[in-house]
Amino acid sequence: MALERSDVEKIAHLARLGLTEAEVPQTTDTLNNILGLIDAMQAVDTTGIEPLAHPLEATQRLRADVVTETNQREAYQAIAPAVESGLYLVPKVIE
Amino acid sequence: MQWETVIGLEIHAQLSTQSKIFSASATTFGAEPNTQASLVDLGMPGTLPVLNAEAVRMAVKFGLAIDAHIAPTNVFARKNYFYPDLPKGYQTSQMDHPIVGKGHLDITLEDGTTKRIGITRAHLEEDAGKSLHEDFHGMSGIDLNRAGTPLLEIVSEPDIRSAKEAVAYVKAIHALVRYLGICDGNMAEGSLRCDCNVSVRPKGQAEFGTRAEIKNVNSFRFIEKAINHEVQRQIELIEDGGTVVQETRLYDPNKDQTRSMRSKEEANDYRYFPCPDLLPVVIEQCFLDEVRASLPELPVQKRERFETQFGLSAYDATVLAASREMADYFEAVNGVCGDAKLAANWVMGELSSLLNKDNLDIEQSPVSAEQLGGMILRIKDNTISGKIAKMVFEALAAGEGATADEVIEKKGLKQVTDSGAIEAMLDEVLAANAEQVEQYRASDEAKRGKMFGFFVGQAMKASKGKANPGQVNELLKKKLES
Amino acid sequence: MSMHELTLRQIASGLANKDFSATELTQSLLARIQTVDPQLNSFITVTEELALSQAKSADERRAAGENGALLGAPIAHKDLFCTQNVLTSCASKILSGFKAPYNATVVEKLASAGTVTLGKLNMDEFAMGSANESSHYGAVKNPWDLTRVPGGSSGGSAAAVAARLIPAATGTDTGGSIRQPAALTNLTGLKPTYGRVSRWGMIAYASSLDQGGPLARNAEDCALLLQAMAGFDPKDSTSVDQPLDDYLAALDKPLAGLRIGLPKEYFGAGLDARIGEKVLAVVEELKKLGATVKEISLPNMQHAIPAYYVIAPAEASSNLSRFDGVRFGYRCENPVNLEDLYKRSRGEGFGAEVKRRIMVGTYALSAGYYDAYYIKAQQIRRLIKNDFVAAFNEVDLIIGPTTPNLAWKLGEKNADPVSAYLEDIYTITANLAGIPGLSMPAGFVDGLPVGVQLLAPYFQEGRLLNVAHQYQQVTDWHTQAPTGF
Repeated sequence: MALERSDVEKIAHLARLGLTEAEVPQTTDTLNNILGLIDAMQAVDTTGIEPLAHPLEATQRLRADVVTETNQREAYQAIAPAVESGLYLVPKVIE
Repeated sequence: MQWETVIGLEIHAQLSTQSKIFSASATTFGAEPNTQASLVDLGMPGTLPVLNAEAVRMAVKFGLAIDAHIAPTNVFARKNYFYPDLPKGYQTSQMDHPIVGKGHLDITLEDGTTKRIGITRAHLEEDAGKSLHEDFHGMSGIDLNRAGTPLLEIVSEPDIRSAKEAVAYVKAIHALVRYLGICDGNMAEGSLRCDCNVSVRPKGQAEFGTRAEIKNVNSFRFIEKAINHEVQRQIELIEDGGTVVQETRLYDPNKDQTRSMRSKEEANDYRYFPCPDLLPVVIEQCFLDEVRASLPELPVQKRERFETQFGLSAYDATVLAASREMADYFEAVNGVCGDAKLAANWVMGELSSLLNKDNLDIEQSPVSAEQLGGMILRIKDNTISGKIAKMVFEALAAGEGATADEVIEKKGLKQVTDSGAIEAMLDEVLAANAEQVEQYRASDEAKRGKMFGFFVGQAMKASKGKANPGQVNELLKKKLES
Repeated sequence: MSMHELTLRQIASGLANKDFSATELTQSLLARIQTVDPQLNSFITVTEELALSQAKSADERRAAGENGALLGAPIAHKDLFCTQNVLTSCASKILSGFKAPYNATVVEKLASAGTVTLGKLNMDEFAMGSANESSHYGAVKNPWDLTRVPGGSSGGSAAAVAARLIPAATGTDTGGSIRQPAALTNLTGLKPTYGRVSRWGMIAYASSLDQGGPLARNAEDCALLLQAMAGFDPKDSTSVDQPLDDYLAALDKPLAGLRIGLPKEYFGAGLDARIGEKVLAVVEELKKLGATVKEISLPNMQHAIPAYYVIAPAEASSNLSRFDGVRFGYRCENPVNLEDLYKRSRGEGFGAEVKRRIMVGTYALSAGYYDAYYIKAQQIRRLIKNDFVAAFNEVDLIIGPTTPNLAWKLGEKNADPVSAYLEDIYTITANLAGIPGLSMPAGFVDGLPVGVQLLAPYFQEGRLLNVAHQYQQVTDWHTQAPTGF
């Protein structure tokens, strides 16, 4: 299942990865190589096999509904790229 | 062309847990920006989610209340997309294995009939933060306090056929989640949000038409208006030769119209997959049994009981059972006066008007259930007439007496029921209006009917309204006929 | 013996005997790192102030009567463990300047035990690699041959320990990233059972595969470190609530009666025959110690690589979405709109291999491909787990090569990333199944170290350490240091 340039651009967009013009051809080639490796899976007969998402097949533990977190805004926002009045700033979000 | 409207609703209920669904941050509304955003809520690298037991319990409560299938295991999945109010770049939600499966909710329509609305599923997910568009030098500000608040997304089957039905359904959900104590239902604050999927099709057609989704309509009134507007828009569009586009639209209450949301050019590919940081959630039978046993009497059951136990009409039962607080108030009134019909009339009539006028919830009623019940007892034992009762009620509301008896005493509102006294009063009235009496006696049935009211009015005036109306009528008739 | 040649165990004795103080030891190693590391590039950050403060504290605790085995022990952390107020970079530009606002559980636990953190270690960017060549901070060199790779992704951890800059380090293993560098640098490295070590604060690559673990010069040191690192953490939903074994007590158990399995699929084409010989030699040694060996089969092993290279990138593509220039880390200059902010911050912030894997993962999860790729891979994952469950019904331990080849030359595999993926063939099955695995030194070929891998059933890290320790009592490969270090 070979990827074309347009597929790569679509994937990069979904993943919000800005690929430069120069990067696209090589990325396409390498991705196709990787997909070639992965396509070997199709030869395996997996009829009736239940997918395994978690290796140990354990179940989720529940946490008591108690508030233990405190306001740490100053500390957490000290490492933010752009903050004002306690809000994280981003280019305007247009609805 | 006859058109049929098809509506499905997705309601997001913010669960009223203390802490968030995957982190131990507070969920209180209205805090300073980002003061309730922990490392987990901020999506800091290396952080991990741990599931809130109360969110699970609340979801199960809801599922049991709508008679839904609760799967033995449910799984959280990641819904991947980029948006600044979504710190991890994915929303932890549920896809193939939601906590609550198929159920239903019965709604009462305006004509008193019941309709069963199917509920496809309900699942748990985390809420996103908020984008504030106040102009920060052309930037938007993001507040992540809300990020991670637990939501229960309730998806209805496309069983709804009108805006009114939609409102009835949303009201029923609203009542139910409040009954269960799992959500405060405050639509203005966003605790209950409604997305409406609306489509039209020619009557008789089996296939559904293309639907548009109207997002974030935050009041019952707007839901009705938005749906009606959208239906009109779609019908006009099709009749003009156009086709309905599957898209998301926003309702603008100021203009009373829906408009397309900017650039949802291609449908988002959310790439759902089971969240590897969370394990499958197991719901044991004993847990289900325990939650079921802890359920309060639900609106439907209460409605039915009000009908059978108290002989109320379906409509009255629905109104009174609409909220737990209303139902409890009604039953308390009834408990005092032992007359469900009167209690219902007073609660739905005078009391509701008073509350509406002053914009009060029933919990803030200036007249307590005990006071109202006591007053109704005095109507029943003829101490006061229904008309006088209104004055007593107003006096109680104004705080002019601790009980109905006190008010009646203070204001001398006791009804006159002594037939001798009434007769004496009537004799005076007739004597004072001898001419009219002669005219009455000279007239035919029809004319008499019209004149009778005059005498009743005079009698009430003479007795300052305190004469028992029933006795007045009876005795007056006797005297006039004789 | 110079201080830098001491193992953790020897350091513990030395400190107890007051041969030296933790402060002296730390100062000595800090100086050594400064002189020696430029050849290796194994450290991204040296935390001199923190180290000296922790060393002082350890000395004070010892003076007050404490004597834990790790009290005053100098270590360093792979740079994907969050260390509060210290740069935690994952060797990526996108985390430039990211001073973690909290400590990983592993970091906290080791600090409580009294370890002294000398710095943060270089790695493949976001743990994606087998050569430590994809780091934003430059490649790491193998101290055994500076023209060769040390392995990855815990290449910095391996090089630093192998060169005796530190006695032990933490690493993480998603597809072999502790075991493979250990094999290429003559170290002992352990990947615990999935869920044994907390992932809180361990920046995620592939959530269902990642595990943190120790790299050291021998099994005993690994046991010391693991004992402090491992254990249930309520902040990690995938952390297992199971009591810890006493790993040190387990070391001395005799091997009589141990049943070892040798998978026939391990010896196919692609394995350097000389490495195969080393495996058989280890088997002989273990037989002398009382073990029995039989041939077993892991029939689905060959499908592991494609499955891994779907699952890991898929999970990573989602895990790395949070790196968006909004709340922390690198933000591009003058973003013109939101889309530009995301695309340029991420495009400029991530390296090529990371971007490739994100794209593979995005593709594998996308509409129309999810069943054929992601679901298929998880089905194969179950087959691989089943193979191990069946095998462990017959044997107690599985032995084999850690890598199919010796350490390769820097730059050799850059043109074809897929060729590097194939090096993971022996290690990734343990991550897919969640079982524990260990690599230990088993000799040299052309002067380059060879590692042999041991795999055990769930929660039998003790068994792995035991077997490695017993082997290390009768051999001395693990004691050898690279020339000049």
